Amino acid sequence: MTHSFAPLSLHPAAVPVSVDPDKCIAHKGCTVCVDVCPLDVLAIDLVKGSAYMKFDECWYCMPCEKDCPTGAVRVDIPYLLR
Amino acid sequence: METFEHVVDVLVIGGGTAGPMAAVKAKQANPALNVLLLEKANVKRSGAISMGMDGLNNAVVPGFATPEQYVREITIANDGIVNQKTLMAYARNSFAMIEELDRWGVKFEKDETGDYAMRKVHHLGTYVLPMPEGHDIKKVLYRQLKRTRVEITNRLVATRLLTAEDGRIAGALAFDCRTADFHVIRAKSVVLATGAAGRLGLPASGYLFGTYENPTNCGDGHSMAFHAGAELTGIECFQINPLIKDYNGPACAYVTGPFGGYTTNAQGQRFIECDYWSGQMMWEFTQELQGGRGPVFLKLDHLAEETIAQIETILHTNERPSRGRFHEGRGTDYRHRMVEMHVSEIGLCSGHSASGVWVDEHARTTVPGLHAAGDLACVPHNYMLGAFVYGRLAGESGAAFCAAHDHAAVDAGQVERERARVWAPLRRERGLPPNQVEYKLRRMVNDYLQPPKVTRKMEIGLERFEAIREDLHLLQAREPHELMRAMEVHAIRDCAEMAARASLYRTESRWGLYHARADHPARDDANWFCHVQLAKDEAGAMHCFKRPVEPYLVEIGDAEKTSYERLRIRAEAGPAVASASSEPAVA
Repeated sequence: MTHSFAPLSLHPAAVPVSVDPDKCIAHKGCTVCVDVCPLDVLAIDLVKGSAYMKFDECWYCMPCEKDCPTGAVRVDIPYLLR
Repeated sequence: METFEHVVDVLVIGGGTAGPMAAVKAKQANPALNVLLLEKANVKRSGAISMGMDGLNNAVVPGFATPEQYVREITIANDGIVNQKTLMAYARNSFAMIEELDRWGVKFEKDETGDYAMRKVHHLGTYVLPMPEGHDIKKVLYRQLKRTRVEITNRLVATRLLTAEDGRIAGALAFDCRTADFHVIRAKSVVLATGAAGRLGLPASGYLFGTYENPTNCGDGHSMAFHAGAELTGIECFQINPLIKDYNGPACAYVTGPFGGYTTNAQGQRFIECDYWSGQMMWEFTQELQGGRGPVFLKLDHLAEETIAQIETILHTNERPSRGRFHEGRGTDYRHRMVEMHVSEIGLCSGHSASGVWVDEHARTTVPGLHAAGDLACVPHNYMLGAFVYGRLAGESGAAFCAAHDHAAVDAGQVERERARVWAPLRRERGLPPNQVEYKLRRMVNDYLQPPKVTRKMEIGLERFEAIREDLHLLQAREPHELMRAMEVHAIRDCAEMAARASLYRTESRWGLYHARADHPARDDANWFCHVQLAKDEAGAMHCFKRPVEPYLVEIGDAEKTSYERLRIRAEAGPAVASASSEPAVA
């Protein structure tokens, strides 16, 4: 089978989970929000030393916000649903 | 990327609700067994109850209901197509499970004398037990897992079951969604508890993950069971729920009903007697939307301030707590505005309807050594408490199977083929992105399978699903997380095909909206009072066949049989309302 593939485009998306870098203690080794996310969409930015939403695949279920020990995480309703 | 091998006695796949219970019960049945709980996310916060649950929807509590009454109610609610033995096994073990959960620290609502504060939501009986402080139920389960020394692995995605030459279970194959390492897990018995196929239809919002079910639950277990040769049943009895529009979470008439809340049409009229979710209820709901009397709303604005405050506390801290944030964004205060509702996309879920892997009253599937529980396993309307009860049965059956069987030999060919399939998307340098294939697949599910079902449309849908099967060979994943999404598309496609084939096979209408076939509008008990099973044929293709409904344990009177068909309020309001009722259930 022959197939021609178009190149992938960048697809910007406003992500629902935001992390306050001043409160986030990922640089001290905390990974709670990353650990509890059912969809595994959060990650640690090793350069900035804080967590961020890497994939726009959110169920707005809130364990990341509830379980964050410093209150750094905020879950908004994804824009498409808001 | 490496390959790891594990050897355990009991492997439990899925760490949400039924899975942890199965693992604990297998271990309690025989503490010498090596029990592994394998979870795609993290057991601490995975599955349908990641943020807890606001109540038991099917509690069979002495003094309020008997097991026989419950079996009768669910038989009627599911239009007679049930294996009553499985319902009875649930009903008889329901109260003991409530008491055990209570001892473990789950908080149920009690009255001033310490009795369970039961509420009536179903059409006939009283089965709802509120859990206003049910938000930490996952923590309670986790403590039990630690106490019984169940081994846990997180972030492993199971993709296929291993079977032996004689057809019995031999283990499972999985990959790590952080590293893409491949895992071969040999086991004497396996419990599948992967939840609903909740990422099947596309939500009206277009957001792939804005589903009713936890979107991690995308039908991996349905697909795995099928490929292992297990029978599935009632797949045509779709899950379609009345939800908060756009938010796509439950409006929670079960919670608000006992406080005086109810479902209403745009004119503020009540149109159904009972808000319990059934196919007929969804049919009436749809009639209201399509009859010019929509939208449908959840009405709370007539309630007293303290009642509303109490409802807010329950709904905004449990199960789907972000709903408070959603309402805030839309300016919806329960005191002044009704909550707009809508019909969900389709899914497969035994917890709310009746589709899933066929199990007997011991949670055994048709594959020796393979057990199933929770939203995946067909025990109609079994909800969270059913997942716990069948989790227990599956764990105990799994432990018992170990006593009589050693590890089956592993077929190296199965392992090699699956490893090649799983790693293929990572090895492609060009290809289709999983999110686009998933979007297109699920949009086609909406276009061709959302009821009312039409024969020609479903046939075209099957053609589209076949075409997407070819696209699976072109999926490209740039890293392990995307690989997880790619492999999920395989499972979703299998579920879409199952949904189409089972729906085409049953040439009648049943279960209200769940299986409303526009070109077969009548219920046909003469030909279709039976289960529709779906399994793999010798060539590996899906085929359907009939399985007779076993003789009932609890007889149903003729007058009772139709009670769920009479949900619509017989309005004095006149012909518009009256003429919209009843079809297709009566016909």
